[in-house]
Amino acid sequence: MSHSTSMTEANAPVLRVRDLRVYYETPKGDVLAVDGVDLDLFEGEALGLVGESGCGKSTAAMGILQLVNPPGRIVGGSVELGGRDLLKLSEEEVRQIRWTRLALIPQGAMNSLNPTMRVASQIEDVIVAHEGAQRKEALRLRILELLRRVGLPERVYDLYPHELSGGMKQRVCIAMAIALNPRVIIADESTSALDVVVQRVVAQTIQRVRHDLGMAMIMIGHDMGLMAQMVDRIAVMYAGKVVEVAPVRALFATPRHPYAQLLIDSVPTLRERKPLRSSEGITHDPRNPPPGCIFQLRCPHVMDVCRSAAPQLKRVGPGQWAACHLYAEPAEEGGRHE
Amino acid sequence: MGRYSIGFIAQRLGIFLLTIWIAASVIWLIPRLAPGDPISAMIMRMSSSGGRVENADKIIAGWKERFGLNDPLPVQYVRYMGNLLRFDFGYSLAHFPTPVADIIGLALPWTLGLLLVAVTLAFFIGNFLGAIMVWGKTPGLIRAVIPMFMIFTSIPSILAAIFLIYVFAFLLEWFPLAGSYPLGMKVELSWRFISAVIWHATLPALSVVLVNFGYWTLGMRGMMITVEGEDYIQLARAKGLKPFYVLYRYLVRNAILPQITAFAITLGSLVSGQVLVEYIFGYQGMGNIIFAAITSQDFPVIQGASFMLIVITALAVLIMDLTYPLIDPRISYERN
Repeated sequence: MSHSTSMTEANAPVLRVRDLRVYYETPKGDVLAVDGVDLDLFEGEALGLVGESGCGKSTAAMGILQLVNPPGRIVGGSVELGGRDLLKLSEEEVRQIRWTRLALIPQGAMNSLNPTMRVASQIEDVIVAHEGAQRKEALRLRILELLRRVGLPERVYDLYPHELSGGMKQRVCIAMAIALNPRVIIADESTSALDVVVQRVVAQTIQRVRHDLGMAMIMIGHDMGLMAQMVDRIAVMYAGKVVEVAPVRALFATPRHPYAQLLIDSVPTLRERKPLRSSEGITHDPRNPPPGCIFQLRCPHVMDVCRSAAPQLKRVGPGQWAACHLYAEPAEEGGRHE
Repeated sequence: MGRYSIGFIAQRLGIFLLTIWIAASVIWLIPRLAPGDPISAMIMRMSSSGGRVENADKIIAGWKERFGLNDPLPVQYVRYMGNLLRFDFGYSLAHFPTPVADIIGLALPWTLGLLLVAVTLAFFIGNFLGAIMVWGKTPGLIRAVIPMFMIFTSIPSILAAIFLIYVFAFLLEWFPLAGSYPLGMKVELSWRFISAVIWHATLPALSVVLVNFGYWTLGMRGMMITVEGEDYIQLARAKGLKPFYVLYRYLVRNAILPQITAFAITLGSLVSGQVLVEYIFGYQGMGNIIFAAITSQDFPVIQGASFMLIVITALAVLIMDLTYPLIDPRISYERN
């Protein structure tokens, strides 16, 4: 797989997330699902967002899209898209930005389409909502072109979602996402609910469409193998925080954060079965994280400073950033800390 | 779209006819399983209230012959079924010799007219309130006030009826106390008559609506909350569609499906009328007739009314079955 875009940090990012906090209210206090996430997404790049279940990656995506449902709420931070902070806009302004600039390929392929509307109407309504009413025939041709682009036959136009397979539904969602040619697409575990063969086809469809249209994409998932093939950079999340961001090759070759190291070490290869090294899951109470580093309870390299001071993201290599006290000074090329 | 195949329509029709046949048979069988016979019972009532009846045996034998009660049961059964096909339910005992069909024919349109309107209104009001109760854009004040209307749901319809009569008919004199239309008015298709009918039907309809809409509200509220959690609602929001469009095209359109099924079943029970409501308002519908027939042990009328109840219930279910594919595209009567 080729990585189509080269990433340079000099460019201004299309999407710039700073200190995003999304909390879920529970009777025993707030769950800090996303607690101070920083992300930059550059023009045309694919950024992978990985981490174990419950680490807050999907919640972070919903926070960026301003679609956090109660009992969740966005507590603070900023989500700048094309220079405008979405959190400061009115609801109507956010509505107009949605899909025209920021689209979503949803998580549940099986249930993401309205069962009582034909495929065509569901693509049509988003076009009409943002561009106003237009000639039926023009709309029809445009929708057929979108379907063709994601490799769906014309007959899908008149079908209802229950008449499609899981992979076809997911491709309808991709066609929908590119309908208004947004600059940023968030793909939230878009291939997780599919079997591996269909998963590959859908992933290739996403890649092709992205290549053709040149949009930037955040891909959320936990399939490290798929990520390695599809994204330019990877951000690793743990317990509501980004612990490491790195170009995909650097992350696989030299992961710096101890959690990222555990994660990469657990990726099996064809020749080698690997034991799952990070088996415990998030160990602390997410309502009441310990002071200092969030990974201290599971970290093999834990030090005294980790129990008092929370580490910030620090540059640890070319384009590689890690939030860990092991790297007090910016490190140049170096081996794994084992 | 060819959503229907002949086979499925035939199957639904078959189930419809089978339901009616079984029900009609049960209605026929049950009185014949009971000990004694209706004619002896009637003569006995007559003799106990009006003294001795001369030649009671001869009268009983004569009537039995007349009604064909001496024939073997299969012959009676076939004759009964033949009569039903012509909607011939025999004669009312309490208003002999008025045919039961005439009595039902006079009452049924009134009940259907009143209740169809009232129950449909309750359905729409209830579902509307249930939907806006859940919708995020509804002002908080309205959402807080709607549950207070639910209090009507816990009031029996007779109490609501009496209350309405007391306030609006007796104290304020806005509406008539009773009846379906002014006594002595000619039944005709004129604006004067129709407005009089509507004027008379307002309070009975209101008492039905007030008591019933709450069930629809609660059901709709539950369905709305379920649909609200679906992925396609999240996606609809992400698409930046207008909130009102998401409400009716995504939320309500899906939440209302089970409500429509429940509505069809409710429609079936219309024929029996809201017995007590009709009685209190002196409304000349099926409810009043069934009430009078029960108190006067007018068996043929009860039998005829029960049969009509079954036919209309089955008919409502049939119509529901055949229209459901149009409402929910996932249901299809095409043969795969």
